[in-house]
Amino acid sequence: MSYANAEAVAELDEPIGQKGQPQSKASRVKQRLTSRWATAAAIVIAFIWTIPTFGLFVSSFRPADDIRSSGWWTIFTNPAFTLENYGDVLFTSGASSANLGSYFINSLVVAIPATLFPIALATMAAYAFAWIKFKGSAAIFVLIFALQIVPLQMALIPLLQIFSQVLGISGSFPAVWIAHTIFGLPLCIFLLHNFIAEIPSEVIEAAKMDGASNTQVFFRIIIPLATPAIASIAIFQFLWVWNDLLVALVFSGGTVDVAPLTQRLAELVGNFGRNQERLPAAAFISLIIPLIVFFGLQRYFVRGLLAGSTKG
Amino acid sequence: MAARGDFWGGLWEKFGILIIGLAAFAAVIGLILFLVDKAPKRGRDVLQLVAFVAPALILLGVGLIYPAVRTAYLAFTNRTGEFIGLDNFVWMFTQPQIITTLINTLVWVALVPTLSTAIGLAYAVFIDRSRGEKVLKALVFMPMAISFVGAGIIWRFVYEYRAEGFEQIGILNQIIVWVGGEPQQFLINSPWNTLFLIIVMIWIQTGFAMVLLSAAIKGVPTEIIEASRLDGANGWQQFVNVTIPGIRPTLVVVVTTISIATLKVFDIVRTMTGGNYDTSVIANEMYTQAFNRGEYGQGSALALVLFIMVLPIVIYNVRVMRKQREIR
Repeated sequence: MSYANAEAVAELDEPIGQKGQPQSKASRVKQRLTSRWATAAAIVIAFIWTIPTFGLFVSSFRPADDIRSSGWWTIFTNPAFTLENYGDVLFTSGASSANLGSYFINSLVVAIPATLFPIALATMAAYAFAWIKFKGSAAIFVLIFALQIVPLQMALIPLLQIFSQVLGISGSFPAVWIAHTIFGLPLCIFLLHNFIAEIPSEVIEAAKMDGASNTQVFFRIIIPLATPAIASIAIFQFLWVWNDLLVALVFSGGTVDVAPLTQRLAELVGNFGRNQERLPAAAFISLIIPLIVFFGLQRYFVRGLLAGSTKG
Repeated sequence: MAARGDFWGGLWEKFGILIIGLAAFAAVIGLILFLVDKAPKRGRDVLQLVAFVAPALILLGVGLIYPAVRTAYLAFTNRTGEFIGLDNFVWMFTQPQIITTLINTLVWVALVPTLSTAIGLAYAVFIDRSRGEKVLKALVFMPMAISFVGAGIIWRFVYEYRAEGFEQIGILNQIIVWVGGEPQQFLINSPWNTLFLIIVMIWIQTGFAMVLLSAAIKGVPTEIIEASRLDGANGWQQFVNVTIPGIRPTLVVVVTTISIATLKVFDIVRTMTGGNYDTSVIANEMYTQAFNRGEYGQGSALALVLFIMVLPIVIYNVRVMRKQREIR
């Protein structure tokens, strides 16, 4: 789907019935179709979908003994709350502690460059594919498109060998950054190309007539005009990197120096019984950033999603 | 590097690495673009083109294409790197454990895309006709933002089992006890445990399907809906004859995207059962063989099988994409 269509769809995503003519017609249809059964069914599904997360959220504030001995729903008849779990998993140090504070920092140090690097390189490549004519451009672009579907598993073993034997950087932050950059590039290039190709050609041709080079067009026209698209795709890439486990497991070396939150969490789950009172708080610490990003930037997140996936 | 537990020392060191990494990247890219911009007029266009596409293409070539080709080769070697022909594939199809893994993967890819798309579509239709659409949408979409590891933990608590007579702490078993049933070990009893893992993936992907389909439904022209209404179509007829054809392209995208995500699923199995109790899938088994057991050949063979399973979807998508570029 084109940039313009995606925008139109994103527009429709807003509450209907506040703007001009077409919306009021839509709202008329909507009103007539509003059915109590549909609303009830929707609420039931939303309830079922939310209960698991809600339960974990409640658990994370319960005293450790309570988590072990009773279900989170008993909080309604027997309320008891504490912040102890959060303090414990974040700041207590020692061999057996969760140590999540350090892993949280690792996740940030991994995710920020692993978002910015692929976005920057992908914007450059997307511009070239959209606006610089060269031989084989179409074929290479189709290849990149196909690459986004190739499972990561296909690349892991040799890439790890390159990192450890040729570059000698395996188990360090740069190794994880580079891996995420490579794996993020195909999708980022594809999505950004969709946006950048829709910029009106008059704008770019006019600039070139005035003697602007590709670099100048890129910085003065493409980047400012594509900023909303770049932002929404960056949100995507950030969430993807923050939530990733596979790349982290393979390339970070699994130490407290480099490994991100997800890896530490997976380790804690490995001893589910022993860590039961820690897990709810630990899981919520890993969820907090994605949830903030999600609820704060939902609009942009959805826009990026629509731009990429409704290529109908 | 910082000693374990030396939080503050490690903190500054890590942020130092972060800053240096960002600065180095900006410097390299900035310098390249600056230099090609100042290049002599002759050949400047070519140099600029190279500067824009080369970094991405080199990374993809070295980091994705070469490794994928090499993995395809490694699939025919043993753990010491000797060429052994089809032995890894013979091994794969003669090990009961691996055959279970393959079957599980097929069950995943059959159930997750169909059920999440169906529920997502139903939900999109329901909320289209109800109040509070934004909130209802956000609630079901939220699992998309959560990591698979986080989702695994959330659902382990839902499925948690305590023997009969003890107080249940998992909501699902509590509900079973309330209605008079016997508590179940959801994650251990094969083959049903695979289904309970699949539910987690459906829980995550339904929101994705719902958001795309909801946007597509709103894209169906209201005129057509009103016309079918005037023709006397009831809600269901209208849905089947107007809405479904109107959103078909989006349906295809949703099903293919979720199918690919499902084939690659790894984290859910890893966090919830570790692949034990007959719940492993190809992506997880590949990791186990290659990185836990050092069997790179067998791991590569599994990755190759995974690729072959995705291949039809790749070909289909490339064809659709080609057609679209021709239209442009």
